[in-house]
Amino acid sequence: MYSEKVMDHFMHPRNMGEIENADAVGTVGNAKCGDIMRIFLKIENGIVVDAKFKTFGCGSAIATSSMATEMIIGRTIDEVLQLSNKAVAEALDGLPPQKMHCSLLAEQAVKAALKEYYEKNGLINDENRHIFAETEDHDHDGE
Amino acid sequence: MEPRPDRIVYLDNAATTRVRPEVLEAMLPYFTEHYGNPSSLYGIGRDAKKAVETARERIAKAIGSEPIEVFFTGSGTEADNWALKGVAQAYEKKGRHLVTSAIEHHAVLHSCEALQKRGWVVTYLPVDADGLVDPAEVEKALRPDTVLCSIMFANNEIGTIQPIEEIGRICRARGVLFHTDAVQAAGAVAIDMKTLPVDLCSFSAHKIGGPKGVGALYVRRGVRLPSLLDGGAQERKRRAGTENVPGIVGFGRAFELAAAEQAESAARLAAIRDAAIARVLGGIPHVRLNGHPTKRLPGNANFSFRFIEGESLLLLLDMHGFACSSGSACTSGSLDPSHVLLAIGLPHEIAHGSLRVSFGKENSLDDVEPLFQALVQVVARLREMSPLYDEYLKTEGKK
Repeated sequence: MYSEKVMDHFMHPRNMGEIENADAVGTVGNAKCGDIMRIFLKIENGIVVDAKFKTFGCGSAIATSSMATEMIIGRTIDEVLQLSNKAVAEALDGLPPQKMHCSLLAEQAVKAALKEYYEKNGLINDENRHIFAETEDHDHDGE
Repeated sequence: MEPRPDRIVYLDNAATTRVRPEVLEAMLPYFTEHYGNPSSLYGIGRDAKKAVETARERIAKAIGSEPIEVFFTGSGTEADNWALKGVAQAYEKKGRHLVTSAIEHHAVLHSCEALQKRGWVVTYLPVDADGLVDPAEVEKALRPDTVLCSIMFANNEIGTIQPIEEIGRICRARGVLFHTDAVQAAGAVAIDMKTLPVDLCSFSAHKIGGPKGVGALYVRRGVRLPSLLDGGAQERKRRAGTENVPGIVGFGRAFELAAAEQAESAARLAAIRDAAIARVLGGIPHVRLNGHPTKRLPGNANFSFRFIEGESLLLLLDMHGFACSSGSACTSGSLDPSHVLLAIGLPHEIAHGSLRVSFGKENSLDDVEPLFQALVQVVARLREMSPLYDEYLKTEGKK
């Protein structure tokens, strides 16, 4: 049911772990639903120089966390802010329909971390405010 | 592709079992040589008819019933549906109330829901922390308009065996028909309809070394049950359609073997199960056993591992060569973890981390240690990834 890429990232997760003194940390999901994702970011000069994750969840939750961290390392924070769950799912050669919420969770975890960073550094403006507004709640209906 | 392990240790015998060689051997001639339609009058038709009736006799003998009380179906699910909806239809004049439990198989639960949509009232009895239905609760739930009580013999997920005899006696004393789903219990516990106060009982072939696609419903003589399918005169006009002759032959042989071997097999499996339970509970922290400690199916062990999720556990165990199952949401196809685990009072997050190991004929005590070693690695790896485990270590773990 999973693509080879999903299985690869599940079996050999990239960037699993914690960043000490991370510049931003985002946690989404809840144990009740069976998935929690926490993303740690190291940001220098507006660029994500390192990203790590810790995830409690199913195979695709772990794989999307791993893929999301791969996709954002080396990118500017403005680029990272544009990360979509669809892009994460596509990079994994697709996810089963009932697992798309895992990719949404990855997107939201990244955005939750960035929100903390943008807030701390006074970077929230009228252009990006709406992006953060979407990260408030994680739900399972996302496509 | 990830390399597949050389050898798979199959630990999901509650899901299905391999067809036994003796069973396959019995079935094969009915695909090729004796391919006749049991309803045909010539020789090969009569041979097929005779084979179906022999299988019925074998099952009847295995459960202590008369052959005419055994009806073949296409699955255990079909038997459950027929028992509930059929009895409901036949006894509607008496009332429209049913009693069942919160931990039934979906074949029973969803049949009840279908009946609720038609105006029936259903009482879903709770279970205790070990998954047991309290017979006193059954007694309290029965009403003058109760038509049927359906309580499973043994649970498919947590293995708890219900006090069927006691519940059946209560129902009988109150004039309420009693159905039990014995799909998991068959071959694992002794079933004798001569002494059990059971009116209807569901069985499935593929859980006991028989083929998929065959089930049976025991219907005690005198119980009214309308026909399930209309058409020819098969199954005494109750279930029309040409019989699955090879499947039925296989079922008969499988049940005959399972009944003959039941006591010995149960003792052997219980020893493997208990060794696995002791090893896992003793060697891995933050684990609990789900289901009753002793009143449980001989081959069933069900664990919850805190801080991790069941599907990842299954996938990693698969990579280590172990096939098991889980009650996590991600494996149930819904967002909620198993209704059985929630009914025994597990919080969602603990239920998500469940693992069912079901031992069968092909397993031995030699499977326990490799399973344990794989679990140690897999659980440690997933906990290392888990933010819940981090939080635990930072708070409770320091106490």
